[in-house]
Amino acid sequence: MSQSKFKIILNGLITENPTFVLILGMCPTLATSTSALNGISMGLATSFVLIGSNMVISMLKNVIPEKVRIPAYVVVIATFVSVVEMFMQAYLPALFESLGIFIPLIVVNCIVLGRAEAFASKNSVLDSTLDGLGIGLGFTIALGILGSIRELLGTGKIFNVNIFSDHYGTLIFILAPGAFIALAYLIAIVNKLIKHIKI
Amino acid sequence: MKKLESNLKNMVGVLLSITVISALTLSSVYSVTKDPIEKSKTVKQQNAIKEVIPGFDHLATPEKISLNSGDTLTIYKAYDKDNVFIGAAVESFSKKGFGGEIKVMVGFDKEGNIINYSVLEQKETPGLGTKMVDWFKTPIGNQDIRGKNPEKNNLTVKKDGGEVDAITAATISSRAFLDAIHNAYVAYSRNFENKSEDKIDSESGA
Repeated sequence: MSQSKFKIILNGLITENPTFVLILGMCPTLATSTSALNGISMGLATSFVLIGSNMVISMLKNVIPEKVRIPAYVVVIATFVSVVEMFMQAYLPALFESLGIFIPLIVVNCIVLGRAEAFASKNSVLDSTLDGLGIGLGFTIALGILGSIRELLGTGKIFNVNIFSDHYGTLIFILAPGAFIALAYLIAIVNKLIKHIKI
Repeated sequence: MKKLESNLKNMVGVLLSITVISALTLSSVYSVTKDPIEKSKTVKQQNAIKEVIPGFDHLATPEKISLNSGDTLTIYKAYDKDNVFIGAAVESFSKKGFGGEIKVMVGFDKEGNIINYSVLEQKETPGLGTKMVDWFKTPIGNQDIRGKNPEKNNLTVKKDGGEVDAITAATISSRAFLDAIHNAYVAYSRNFENKSEDKIDSESGA
């Protein structure tokens, strides 16, 4: 893989990490990161939609007239989301239940539409696919970290494995305020680190 | 290649073709996943029945029972090898949940005691209301409802004067869950009232 292609993936993972740097898609981030597993599954479902929609939109970028591009993008994204939803319901019913309403809500996730508008509509198919992969992985990792922290502090478990008794769990971390607190600290730490690394 | 101009013909044409293609994609995915989705629902229901009435040999044909509220519940009566009635599983629900409908399968023995339950569907708050899946069958404090009889025990949360410990920070979900259990019991006992004659018949016929 050439340097520039690698950079596109790295861009989504770190320099433009959707959760820690762009601060996009906060609704699913806060709502589905109650446990590590939920966070990662939500991230993977979003990644699939991102890769698919970025690929298709960059293929269609020249045949979509400028003025109707947003409705066209939304239809493409909604199609991918519905496909994910149906496959998940058919083959991973347990996961489908735990993510519930947030799967259909990927449609309105601003990360997906944002990448379609900012990247896929201007770049080649390969680059757009890689961008979807990078941003998707960045989102998945961010949700995984946030989910692990909240699950550990809230219930004493990570991936349902007991670390300490849930008697000492702090309920607030499972609830929305805990999500904001944990996310704010994570954003601060990650941005501090990124400044030092300099890519 | 230059972008297509934004005139009416182009815009309508492009949007139309994109929606047609996505409709075709969705309908084909739907037809592929329809059977597995149905199957996974049935499997879940069968497993739930096995969980809530252990050790039955066969089930009677499911019966529909309507409640005063107008809701209809399904009851699965279970029999052992010698065709003796050992209990029934009731698929019940409550619309009072924090996140929408809660569906549970509740098993009663022939005295009307709760054998076990299994949550089929719920959309409660993750980490709080979702604990209902295990909470009411964990023998800590007064949270275990297994072995209790809704006739003799007041199965409502303590805040409402009952004897069940609600899930911490999820009283609404707990209430809704117990409401579903209550509905199940009403359906179960109503079934008995109506079918008592049948029962004598089937016993004398056996």
